[in-house]
Amino acid sequence: MGLPGLGGIIVRRERWTDLWSLLLLLFGSIFMVAPFIWTISTSLKDRRNVFEIPPQWIPDPFTFGNYAKVWQESPLLNGFMNSLIIVVIVLTVGMLVSAMSAYAFGKFEFPYKGVLFLGLLGTMMIPYSVVMIPQYIGFSRLDWVDTLLPLIIPGLFGNIVVIFFIRQYLQSAMPTELIEAAKIDGSSFPGIFFKIALPIMKPALAAQAALSFMGIWNDFLGPLIYLHTPEKQTIQVLIASMQAMYIGQSDYPMIMAAAIIAMVPVIIVFFFCQRYFIESMAISGIKG
Amino acid sequence: MGTKLLSGYRRKELAWLYLFVAPPVLGFLLFGLVPILFSIYISFHKWDMLSDPQWMGLANYKELLADEKVFKSLYNTVYLMIGIPIGMVLSLLLAILMNRKFAGISFMRTIYYLPVISPIIAVSLLWQWILNQDYGLLNNFLWEVFGITGPNWLGKPEWVKPSLILIGLWSGIGGNMVLYLAGLQSISSTYYEAAEIDGAGAWHKLTRITIPLLTPIHFFVIVMGIIGAFQSFSQIYVLAVDGGPEYSGATVVYYIFQHAFEYFNMGYASAVAWVLGILIFIVTLIQFKLSNRWVYQD
Repeated sequence: MGLPGLGGIIVRRERWTDLWSLLLLLFGSIFMVAPFIWTISTSLKDRRNVFEIPPQWIPDPFTFGNYAKVWQESPLLNGFMNSLIIVVIVLTVGMLVSAMSAYAFGKFEFPYKGVLFLGLLGTMMIPYSVVMIPQYIGFSRLDWVDTLLPLIIPGLFGNIVVIFFIRQYLQSAMPTELIEAAKIDGSSFPGIFFKIALPIMKPALAAQAALSFMGIWNDFLGPLIYLHTPEKQTIQVLIASMQAMYIGQSDYPMIMAAAIIAMVPVIIVFFFCQRYFIESMAISGIKG
Repeated sequence: MGTKLLSGYRRKELAWLYLFVAPPVLGFLLFGLVPILFSIYISFHKWDMLSDPQWMGLANYKELLADEKVFKSLYNTVYLMIGIPIGMVLSLLLAILMNRKFAGISFMRTIYYLPVISPIIAVSLLWQWILNQDYGLLNNFLWEVFGITGPNWLGKPEWVKPSLILIGLWSGIGGNMVLYLAGLQSISSTYYEAAEIDGAGAWHKLTRITIPLLTPIHFFVIVMGIIGAFQSFSQIYVLAVDGGPEYSGATVVYYIFQHAFEYFNMGYASAVAWVLGILIFIVTLIQFKLSNRWVYQD
């Protein structure tokens, strides 16, 4: 576009804007990153050096002792495993179940479909604080308190947000003719789902799995209500309960080491699935 | 006639379809509808889970209307919503800066997004250390750079809520930035080209094109932000221990949690939960009703 000769000016102006944008973003990023670096730095300090003023960014002496100590003194490994068990079971089963019903709701007609789907959408409007008390009472009747079951079982029934998202995705990504053609070829209903629909859903499923992983791993209120024995707690409840102990003793290096340990899995998953995180945030935000 | 039309294949297909949608429907009944009905029932009772529930009529609801702490925690919850407009301005600004293609931009996005994915408990713990009155990073920074003696952030009632807003901004703007970025990328460049031909400057383009065309995203951010603020709990649990000084940090969900799981006042806690639930519903409904007045639709 534009007249000849104007192009050069526009490009130069664009470059200046790029430079200013980058500088502003760099300035802001200092405030975003500093808390993390400060946490890492504190976690590597000796307890006596924590209260030095002005604050020391590079620990001297430098020690990994806090990590070893917090790992030994508390059942962090148990916490890790408990969180992992919940995440793995809920994600694999929950995603499959959600994909199945999203396929049924998105690609077929059947009696009562509208009512059923609207009913499910209605659950999105119920705040957790309303159902948490009756759910707790129900699960305690079943003697499931202090087990992982109350945190796993509800997740096995699929998640309406995921169903909604995948249904939207299927409506544009999977032509109905594809199902018709497979029917004519003699494929069974589950056959079409597993061989054709499921592979098509993969990107949408991956995006939702990334978001769900974060939601489940970082969940706090549910695990806090149900898990009481330290060995049975998830990593989040465990580190929250350490706060009273270590901050009471002003042992910030220990609690910061624990905080870092709890962050590591999310950050690893994030780096591998970054694309999905940001995509699913953006897509579910706009369509939601 | 109807059975004839329903061929063998279609009948089988219907069976499969109901099987496929059964789990979420069952989940909705078991973990949604039944708890809701039970919660209504319980809210009219006094119950500590040990003895039998005792019918109270509307007593729980009358009690909460006279309960100062309910109103205090509601006030705190609404106060925290000041963070929503501030966060919107900041994240829109960030998105505009990031909506360009130059080296390092995806690294920048990652940095701003990192707090969004970090566990809220870990983040709360690290901010507790940063906000430490005597040795915290923030007060040190204020002293070194501006020569200001910083306040006791989490220890003084008047500073607890601003601290919570600050932390909320730090951990939330990355998420909204991504939403705005997606929105910016969906605006057709023809609008800007047309405006340029009319001689519009950058400010004009921002206020007449960008901000109005992003109204669906503003709407989403506001609705979700308010619902999220009404439900905030985890940060409060870590940063405002026992509700904070003079209960200045307690939110409604924290209040419900205390009554249900520390004092085992199941009936009373359920009544407060219902009031909160209805409040969220009404506020969201009003927003949707108002939305057609200001949200731009294609």
